[in-house]
Amino acid sequence: MTARLYVAVETAAAWLLALLWVLPLLYAVWTAFHPGAYAVRFDLLAPLTLENFARAWEAAPFPRYLLNTFLLVTGILAGQLVLCTLAAYAFARFDFVGRDVMFLLVLVQLMIMPDVLIVENYRTMHALGLVDTITAVGLPYVASAFGIFLLRQTFKTVPRELDEAARVEGAGPLTVLWRVYVPLAKPVYVAYGLVSVSHHWNNFLWPLIVTNSVHTRPLTVGLSVFASTDQGIDWSVITAATLMTAAPLLLAFLLFQRQFVQSFMRAGIK
Amino acid sequence: MPLRIATQVHGWLLLLPAAVLLVAFTHYPAMAALWNSLHSTPRGSRPARFVGLDQYAAMAQDPIFLQSLMNNALFVLGTVPLSIALALAMALWVNGRLRGRTALRVAYFTPTVLPMIAVANIWLFFYTPGYGLLDQITGLFGLPAHNWLGDRSTALPALMAVTVWKEAGFFMIFYLAALQSIPPTLREAADLEGAGRWTFFRRVTFPLLMPTTLFVLVNAIINAFRLVDHVIVMTRGGPDNATALLLFYIYEVGFRYWDTGYAAALTAVLLAILVVLAIGQFLYLDRKVHYR
Repeated sequence: MTARLYVAVETAAAWLLALLWVLPLLYAVWTAFHPGAYAVRFDLLAPLTLENFARAWEAAPFPRYLLNTFLLVTGILAGQLVLCTLAAYAFARFDFVGRDVMFLLVLVQLMIMPDVLIVENYRTMHALGLVDTITAVGLPYVASAFGIFLLRQTFKTVPRELDEAARVEGAGPLTVLWRVYVPLAKPVYVAYGLVSVSHHWNNFLWPLIVTNSVHTRPLTVGLSVFASTDQGIDWSVITAATLMTAAPLLLAFLLFQRQFVQSFMRAGIK
Repeated sequence: MPLRIATQVHGWLLLLPAAVLLVAFTHYPAMAALWNSLHSTPRGSRPARFVGLDQYAAMAQDPIFLQSLMNNALFVLGTVPLSIALALAMALWVNGRLRGRTALRVAYFTPTVLPMIAVANIWLFFYTPGYGLLDQITGLFGLPAHNWLGDRSTALPALMAVTVWKEAGFFMIFYLAALQSIPPTLREAADLEGAGRWTFFRRVTFPLLMPTTLFVLVNAIINAFRLVDHVIVMTRGGPDNATALLLFYIYEVGFRYWDTGYAAALTAVLLAILVVLAIGQFLYLDRKVHYR
């Protein structure tokens, strides 16, 4: 009897917390889809409208920002996949001098991320003449310690016999990597890809610093520029723009939520 | 064959591209920050010159720096334990046998996939004095309108609430992964012994989750120092520096006042904090969490 009461209380608490967690988002959706007059008046019969989205879309170059973000996240991910795979393979299967020291140096980045080194990295980008390029936004993140670590752990679980069998047939190190290791690590690649894309889609501070034109700004920075320039305080339009920024990732999550959660779990478990 | 040449060459060649970028954008800037913090900021025709520890001496006298350090400490205390407790509760609920687990999981996790800047915009509206949802709700209870972000005493807690909301669902994932690796036989054994749910949690689940808790703890603290997007969007460090966090202050000094020498010194302080955290984790992990 008490046990059932306990479960009921717990269920109620869980749902209350969930409600609290979706409330801000529901509120944003309400505001974005109704005329400004209804932003703070809750009336079930309030007329629905897409005008806020249309106005936001016209007021700022969102298609360009979307393209920039797309180029940014795919560029970073492509670079990460290649570089981290090679480095992880070296750490997992090559007994070279200095390996342990190098691995420790890689792990340093898990603590000291490029996110906090903004001042010096800006200096470097300036010296390289890369300020205000999409390359500059992505470059500091391409050699990802997290990716190297994750793939190294995965590669280490590949049986050495498979590796040796391929080598006996005359395959070189890169062929072995491509034919044996990469296919076996596929779920980890998917997991890492999702984590990386959602991280860089949402990144803000470094892109804010290193970009200053429409042609390089990602969505997050574009949104902040849009929200802080003379929109008055038309919350309906700003909220619509905010939802547009988050929409691609949010929709992907809602559609594939199981895969998302499993991927984040897989990446977090190591 | 102790040191086969081919292994050496292949190993280093595979590592090289990643190592170059890693050094260029992590190790070099960290060292450069230390070096530049010992120099003055170059201005116009005057190049940087060696000033020893002057920047650090100025820092000790800088009320905004001290305030931002204090704010960051409060921010850690206000967000980390609460995020972890909520994350654990969420994971237990989602992993349990409650009704509608999938919906709960989606609800808890959704803030994680939103950009912090979008979250900040939404909450900015939420907090709008007199007009935002929060004031409308408190208004129902007859409370007067309140400028949540404009009042020194409520601005930092208001940002903490945003952070907890954004991060708890992310940390839930780590607990969820750990919970699923706990063998169900333990639960069955505990049932046979007649152990209650609370006892089981306290004596079995929680100790088994200790490595995860430690991992989440360290990451939550790092995030408290690393993430200032919401500060930039919601308060710009105000009112009267009440919400200036350390990294936000570095951003202001470095990119609004362009005092790069001083910004380097501030960065060095932030790096020192992170290094202490890393060493702490390393020592503690080595001693405490060995039963894996």
